[in-house]
Amino acid sequence: MDLNTVWFILIAFLFMGFFVLEGFDFGVGMISPFLGKTDEQRRLLINSIGPFWDANEVWFVSAGAAMFAAFPNWYATLFSGFYVALFLLLIALMARGVAFEFRSKLSRESWRTFWDWAAFAGSVLPPFLWGIALANLMRGVPIDRHMNYVGSFWDLLSPYALLGGISLTLMCLLHGALFITLRFTGDMQHRARQAAKSIGVWTTIGMFLFVIYSYFETDIFIKVGFDPGSLPVFAALSILSVPFLVYTEHDGWAFIFSASAIAFSVATVFFDLFPRVMISSLSPLWNLTIYNAASGPYSLTVMSIIALTLLPVIILYQGWTYWVFRHRLQPGGHLDY
Amino acid sequence: MDTVWLDRWQFGMTTVYHFFFVPLTIGLVFLISVMETLYIVKKDSMYRRMAQFWAKLFLINFAIGVVTGIMQEFQFGMNWATYSRFVGDVFGPPLAIEALAAFFLESAFIGAWLFGWDKLSPKVHLLTIWMVTLGTSLSAFWILTANSFMQEPVGYVLAHGRAEMRSFGSLLINPQLRIEFPHVWLGAIATGAFFVAGVSAYYLLRKREVTMFAQSFRIGIFTALISSVLVVVVGHAQAQHLIHAQPMKMAASESLWHTSSYHAPWTLVAWIDSKNHRDTWSIKIPYVLSILSYNHTYGSVPGIEELQAKYVKQYGPGNYVPSVWIEFWTFRVMVGAGSLMIVLALYGALRGLREDKYILREKWFLKLMPWMIGLPLIANSTGWIMTEMGRQPWAVVGLLKTTNSISPTVGSPLVLMSILGFGAVYAAFAVVDVFLFVKFIRKGPDPEIGPDEMDATSAVQPLFET
Repeated sequence: MDLNTVWFILIAFLFMGFFVLEGFDFGVGMISPFLGKTDEQRRLLINSIGPFWDANEVWFVSAGAAMFAAFPNWYATLFSGFYVALFLLLIALMARGVAFEFRSKLSRESWRTFWDWAAFAGSVLPPFLWGIALANLMRGVPIDRHMNYVGSFWDLLSPYALLGGISLTLMCLLHGALFITLRFTGDMQHRARQAAKSIGVWTTIGMFLFVIYSYFETDIFIKVGFDPGSLPVFAALSILSVPFLVYTEHDGWAFIFSASAIAFSVATVFFDLFPRVMISSLSPLWNLTIYNAASGPYSLTVMSIIALTLLPVIILYQGWTYWVFRHRLQPGGHLDY
Repeated sequence: MDTVWLDRWQFGMTTVYHFFFVPLTIGLVFLISVMETLYIVKKDSMYRRMAQFWAKLFLINFAIGVVTGIMQEFQFGMNWATYSRFVGDVFGPPLAIEALAAFFLESAFIGAWLFGWDKLSPKVHLLTIWMVTLGTSLSAFWILTANSFMQEPVGYVLAHGRAEMRSFGSLLINPQLRIEFPHVWLGAIATGAFFVAGVSAYYLLRKREVTMFAQSFRIGIFTALISSVLVVVVGHAQAQHLIHAQPMKMAASESLWHTSSYHAPWTLVAWIDSKNHRDTWSIKIPYVLSILSYNHTYGSVPGIEELQAKYVKQYGPGNYVPSVWIEFWTFRVMVGAGSLMIVLALYGALRGLREDKYILREKWFLKLMPWMIGLPLIANSTGWIMTEMGRQPWAVVGLLKTTNSISPTVGSPLVLMSILGFGAVYAAFAVVDVFLFVKFIRKGPDPEIGPDEMDATSAVQPLFET
């Protein structure tokens, strides 16, 4: 395996980490205005992701920075091309980050309501925009011979891409509801489970429609034929098992399988792209690949050594934080947010 | 509207804004780590309350630093795509290492610290805050590694129409980095120290919680003294390095239109006429520029006209002169603010050394210090503006011009939209930030609770109840 492939896998891994981890805290952000009936409940809900959400977001920052380091042309084309989408994404992430920090600083109700909705908007928009972005990455976008995106923001908003956005948002919502079932007991747990039951059905429908649509809209069919390979099959089995596990109240397993559904779906997207990183809808000759978009071999070598040394350590201490805060939240506990 | 102009404004605006919060984050978390260490060593719960009080202010600031930092990460791709393609091979790795080595560290451990007061043993809890300190400082190191490459490109070759890394080690021992990192880091520590000293002075003046804030004041003012003296020492070395590495920046910051005489005088103030390349009037002090530049009373310093002629020969026709007016004045404001910081820190440290009751008598000083919280911020910002604007017209000195760095497909309407969008959001953050700072400073620390009581109530005592 060459270093270009290693880096492609590493970036795919960082995105998987981002969607699995931040996926549930996006979900918690989306659902807490509805599940939390009182101010205390809403604070408890945000506290359930309190120790984690910041580090979860760093998976995205790392993925972006890794693209810059390993595939500068991918980084440049994607972020200058999807300018408006990224602009909205950044505003959303900003609103969300400060909302968590600021909401409990004043006890006035209007203040808290405002930041709750800022956190809500900041949690809905990112997965929606990412769904749109991933769908467009799979389908291909107008990229010219100079590796520049020559379309507009509106070109990104096809029905296919919108379905991708909706599916991913629903997936995160489900994932978040399941996370809440693990973090609480009693009434809140019960309500989260009820929510997961109704969301689960729609998520499954959305994801499957998206897969079917993908066969028409992308070149996956040409690439893999009727046999989709093991990754999407695992993704499909995972997503199908979630509603069943929710109904039988196996919360832990349901959460693990929603995580695995997200991980395998992201893996599928990257697998289908490979060895391309961006597909040009204008000419296959203008595709960005892991070779023409990459940094030089020296840079990739240095970065590989550093990243492969650091990642296990990062996973270790992040895992430790999840271990420290493994206990379920009780009303009356610390309400930092 | 000119897209390059708009891109530069967006970058300048977002960066200067981001850099209001970053140094305060780096400095404040360092001092909080010191306070919590004192709590562990002295087993005095006052230090725990102290750390928790400063942490409230820290977290308001940290949140904005983090969210504006994400923006910094992505605007290279958004607005400066050509730049990103050209230097990604060298410039990307330090950014990626920053994310992997520093961001992960600070974000994972700040969560553990904030929520872990009664879940972790005191020593492990102390370790988590030091990890945050390490993370924020490492973050500065890697960002400045990337920035130093723009100031002084090393360890690369030009191949395949771009800069490619040839020696990672050279990036790390870049002469520019060796002075830029300590200068910026010490400036950050001084920022946190002045903040702690200034806010403590506010309480001392009102005689609220005198014991705790006299101690806070001491921690702050001594750190302020040490860091502001060192920042000037390092800054002096940095200026001397400029003469060799970026003589044009040096000449512009001195408004030195022509190469100086053998004994170079230093211009204290000047009315600059950029159009005609001269100063309408100025006050000059003999020998001082030579001394500043070479530590001797002799030695001439290259001037703008001569350097311009040299660069035209070297790089082809073009204007290689940055804005002299901006360079000259930002440099002087920075140096002035830095000098004032030393004077204030020295006075405060001498007075603060004695018993608590003596510092309470220094009413004028205690009144002044809260206002001086802005002093390091002014020094930081003007210093960065001088460094970055002085690099113009280059994005990467000698390799890539700023005008050739932008995203070719991102037109001015888009950039204008994002300037307005981010500008509005940033302005709102600034208002909320100042509002919350003032509110929490007025409110003061949480009421004191005894150790027994503390354990019993901590489970139901919301940290941030208002």
